[in-house]
Amino acid sequence: MMKTLLKVEELHTHIGQYHILQGVSFEAREGEVSVLLGRNGAGKTTTLKTIMGLTPASKGTILFEDEDIKKRPTYVIANSGIGYVPEDQGIFADLTVEENMKVAMRKEDDATLARQEYVLDLFPDLKTFWKKDGGHLSGGQKQMLAMARAFVHESKLLLIDEPSKGLAPIVIEKVMEAITEMKKSTTIVLVEQNFFMASRIGDRYTLIDDGATVHAGAMKDLIQNEELKRKYLGIG
Amino acid sequence: MELLINLTINGLATGMLIFLLASGLTLIFGLMSVLNFAHGGLFAWGAYSGVWFYSLTGSFFLGILGAILTGAILGFITEKLIITPVYGNHVQQILITLGFMLVLTEMLKVVWGPNQIAAKVPPYLAGSYEFGDVLIIKYRLFIIFVGFLIFGIFQYMLQKTKIGLVVRAGVMNKEMVQALGINIKRVFLYVFMTGAALAALGGVLFAPYSGVIYAEMGFEFAILAFIVVVIGGMGSFSGSLSAAILVGLAGSYMAYYVPALSLAVNMMLMAIVLIFRPQGLFTAKG
Repeated sequence: MMKTLLKVEELHTHIGQYHILQGVSFEAREGEVSVLLGRNGAGKTTTLKTIMGLTPASKGTILFEDEDIKKRPTYVIANSGIGYVPEDQGIFADLTVEENMKVAMRKEDDATLARQEYVLDLFPDLKTFWKKDGGHLSGGQKQMLAMARAFVHESKLLLIDEPSKGLAPIVIEKVMEAITEMKKSTTIVLVEQNFFMASRIGDRYTLIDDGATVHAGAMKDLIQNEELKRKYLGIG
Repeated sequence: MELLINLTINGLATGMLIFLLASGLTLIFGLMSVLNFAHGGLFAWGAYSGVWFYSLTGSFFLGILGAILTGAILGFITEKLIITPVYGNHVQQILITLGFMLVLTEMLKVVWGPNQIAAKVPPYLAGSYEFGDVLIIKYRLFIIFVGFLIFGIFQYMLQKTKIGLVVRAGVMNKEMVQALGINIKRVFLYVFMTGAALAALGGVLFAPYSGVIYAEMGFEFAILAFIVVVIGGMGSFSGSLSAAILVGLAGSYMAYYVPALSLAVNMMLMAIVLIFRPQGLFTAKG
C-alpha cells in the first residue's frame, strides 16, 4: 500500500464569525491525485488554504510526513515541500512571467535553472510570453504560470485549486496533460468542479458538503455511483 | 531667468527631502498596509542624531551614517513593539503611531533639550556655484544629487534584485509570496527599517538646509509626505519621486508668485488627484 503523505483529520476552520470547515478529513497517498469534490461553498478552497496556513485551523490535525503542520507559518509549510496553486492563480500582475518565476525560485543554481527548463517544457506558452506582464496573460496562460511557479521546486505535494475554472476546453486539455505529467513525480491534491476532468486524472476522491467530509474512496467507484454524484455534485 | 532657476532648484531640493520621507512611507503602506503616523518622528530623530554625530566626529559623512543607523534601529524598535501588535487594523495603527510620534518628539526634548539647535552646512558644501548671473547654492544641489542617487539605487534594487522582486510581489499579493516559501514578516521588518532609515536620511539632510532643527519638525514634513504618497500612488516608489518633485516645485513657485496660496497648493493638488485619479498618478509597479 502506498504511503500516506498528507493526513487531514477532523479539520475545523473559522473565518471571522463563520464556522466554514466543520470536520474535513481525508488523506493523500504518495504518487496519487486526490480530488476534493463538492458544490460551490462546500469548503474545498478553505481546506487547501487551511493546509497552507493561510486561514488558520481552529481544531483538528494536518499531518504532513507524519508531522503536524497546523500551527506552522505559511512560508515554513511551503518550504517543507508543499506547493500551492490558488483558485485565483495568485499571479503578480505587474511582474513579468520571468519575474513571477524568479520570486518562486529559492535558489538560482544550475539545478534549479534546469528544473525551470523542465517545467517550461511542460508549459511552452510561457516561454513565448517570458517578458510579458502576468496581468496581461490570458486565463489559461495565468493558470499555466501559477502551476509552473508551484512546480519549479521538486515539491513533495502540490495543492491545486480549480485549475479548469473559466478555461476553454482546449486549454483544459493542456492543463490536464500537464497535471498528468506532474503526477509522475509528485503527489497532488486537486480541488475541481469539473467532474469530467476530476474523474480522468483523480485516483481517489473526497466529497465535502457543508464544510465536512461526507464520503471518500477510489475515483473509479464514484464514477459508477450515480446516487452520490447526483446527491452531492448535482450530476446525472 | 535667475529667479526661475533658483526657485526650481529650491523646489527640487525640498522635493527630494519630502521624497526621502515619502518613499519609506509608501513602501511601508504598499507592502504592509500600515499607516505609520510616527514616520515624521523618525525624520526628526535623523536630524538630531545626524547633527549630534556630526558635532561629535567633525565629519558630515559620519553624521549622515549615524542618522541612517539611528533611523534603522528606531525602525526596528517601532516595527517590533508598536506595529506588530496592530497589523491589519488601520484605526489602531493611526492611534498608536500618532501616540508614538508624540513620544518620539518628546524624547528628542528629553535627550537634546527643548530649544532649537543650529545645524551648519559642512565647509566643503557651503557657498554657491556661479553660472553667469545665476548663483546656485551648493548644498541644495547636493540634496538633489543625493535624492536622485537614492532613487536610482532603490529603483535598481526594486527592479533588478531578488529582494526587490519580493517586495514588489508582496505589495501585489502578500499571501502568495508566503505560499511561495518567503518569510513575509522578515521582509516587512527590513522594509520598515529601510523606510525609517530613509526618513532619518531626509532629516539629517534637512538640518543644514534649514539651519535649525526643532523637535516638532517631523509633523510638518510628515503631512507633506502623506500628501505625496496619496498623489504618487500608494506603494509606488517612482510615484513618490514624481509627486515629491511636483509638491516641492509647486510650493516653491507659489511661495514667490502667490504667497497666499503657498500652504494651500499641496492640498489642492491632492484634492485634484483624488477627484480625477483616486489611485494616485502611478501604480505600485514602480
